[in-house]
Amino acid sequence: MSVPTVPRRIRSIPYLLLAPALIVIVGVLGYPLATLVQISFQKYGLAELLKGSGSWTGLSHYTDIVGDSFFWGVVGRTIVFTAVNVALTVGAGTLIALLMRKAHRAVRLTATVALVAVWATPGLVAIAVWQWMFDYEFGVVNWLLTKLGAGDFTHHNWFENPVQGLGVVTAVIVWGAVPFVAISLHAALTQVPDEVVEAAELDGAGRLQVFRYVILPVIRPVLALLTLLQIIWDFQVFNQVWVMTGGAPTEGYYLIGVYSYVQSFGVGDYGSGAAVAVVMVLLLALVAFGYVRGLLRKEQTQ
Amino acid sequence: MSTGTLARTATPTRPGKPPAAPARRRRGGRGLASNLALLAISAVMFFPIYWMAVTAFKPGPEILSYTPHWLPSRFTLDNFTAAVDRPFFWSGVANSLLVVSATVLIALVVAFLGAVALARFEFTGRQLFVAMILVVQMVPAGALIIPIYLMLNRAGQTDQLPGVVLAYLTFVLPFAIWMLRGFVVNVPVELEEAALIDGCNRLQAFRRVLFPLVAPGLVATAVYTAIQAWNEFLLAYVLISTPEKQTMTVWLASFTTTRGTEYGPLMAASTLAALPVVIFFALAQRRVVSGLTAGSVKG
Repeated sequence: MSVPTVPRRIRSIPYLLLAPALIVIVGVLGYPLATLVQISFQKYGLAELLKGSGSWTGLSHYTDIVGDSFFWGVVGRTIVFTAVNVALTVGAGTLIALLMRKAHRAVRLTATVALVAVWATPGLVAIAVWQWMFDYEFGVVNWLLTKLGAGDFTHHNWFENPVQGLGVVTAVIVWGAVPFVAISLHAALTQVPDEVVEAAELDGAGRLQVFRYVILPVIRPVLALLTLLQIIWDFQVFNQVWVMTGGAPTEGYYLIGVYSYVQSFGVGDYGSGAAVAVVMVLLLALVAFGYVRGLLRKEQTQ
Repeated sequence: MSTGTLARTATPTRPGKPPAAPARRRRGGRGLASNLALLAISAVMFFPIYWMAVTAFKPGPEILSYTPHWLPSRFTLDNFTAAVDRPFFWSGVANSLLVVSATVLIALVVAFLGAVALARFEFTGRQLFVAMILVVQMVPAGALIIPIYLMLNRAGQTDQLPGVVLAYLTFVLPFAIWMLRGFVVNVPVELEEAALIDGCNRLQAFRRVLFPLVAPGLVATAVYTAIQAWNEFLLAYVLISTPEKQTMTVWLASFTTTRGTEYGPLMAASTLAALPVVIFFALAQRRVVSGLTAGSVKG
């Protein structure tokens, strides 16, 4: 009896196995995505919500958006916000991973425990805790800053000024995202052979040079993936802003995710909200496109 | 490069010591600094969690104090009772557990089948599916709430927990498939083929060989999926409108109002919400590592 080689026997097996996954993904993701695009070309308000269908308005939502300086302000704020968050997250994560590589076993274990604890903290819990730390009256941050002589922060309300409020949001996001980056990079760093680093050091390479020419080439694929994921996550931030402002963010807090939400569920103009969301998807697709292409090419050569 | 070597040999060394010694000592010194830095960073990272737990156990006056109390003068459970007694806590827990278990069960079955297809079969469209899985993970959830809400609204499924489960499946499935695929690939095909030669049929080979070996992967995927579903906020917030059907995270967010927040009970509630995740996390890590290496490849 010959060993049945798997693919030749029944060609439909893989398709049958994949079918449920395909149905769910296409049904609950592909179809909504198509619906999203469709709605963005429609007048879809509360009346249409009751009726269950919108009426076509062509490109009007998009022409409105493109001509709206407020929208471009939101996009600009989102890009700056994303850049700052991603840079801080990836920078801090890389630094911690590099430190862990050099660290004593016990210290590394301590750091791992702290990182995993933060990683495991649910997003909503993180929001609550940071809100408490930044509370204007009894918050520990105001006390600490005053104590450190950074100025008088007694009764300083961080959420009055959207720039400062988004700063607190940044702290929450970076704090929550650093463990994933640090632990993934630390795993990637174990692939850097110690001998090569030592050889480079013996040859007189400085710390920066070792990082640039020995370590970076090894961890670059992981670093690229992590950066991409952070961009995708930070570009669509909603929860932190929404919950920390008590569900009532002022316009200075509008990131694109918040804006799209307010347009649809706040104002009740789902068509315009959908158009904003489509622009958000397109901007992210632009970033992701180059990355996915490179990845597929690699999978092909393997 | 040469200057560095020169500088090092030129540094005055004590007689009899090999020239490598100063280099090693310098590295040790750098090690001390980086060890201290890492400890400091760990402390800063851990502080919010510490502050949450400590606040949760503090008596009220020590929470509302202008100078922070680093430890409670006496441990009290008042904040926990206050949190648990708030309306809709228990229904929130129950709803979350329901949604999580349903999502995990369905996702595991569906993802496992998909993972086997991707790991074990060569077929036309495979590349396309892999690409789709990767692309799908990049679609922002924020963009999909509008159509998902409208679709479920048309089907009369808003404010229904099954609608929430369905929506969650979309977000956990792609990664679950990808994760499980990695585990299936790691089980050598030869093991299954050996079972076939020994007289198992495909289903038996699958059940007796592949399944036990992939079990740790299933556990890891289940835990990951469970954590995702337990932590999710936005979809549950949009889709559910009656308080009785709220999940835990939506309940937690209801603490924060523009009028002010009771931080004692909120921290107690946060501790309770974080606890299962932390436990799951700790469990999963051990399972995955031990499970992968045990058994199969020894013989």
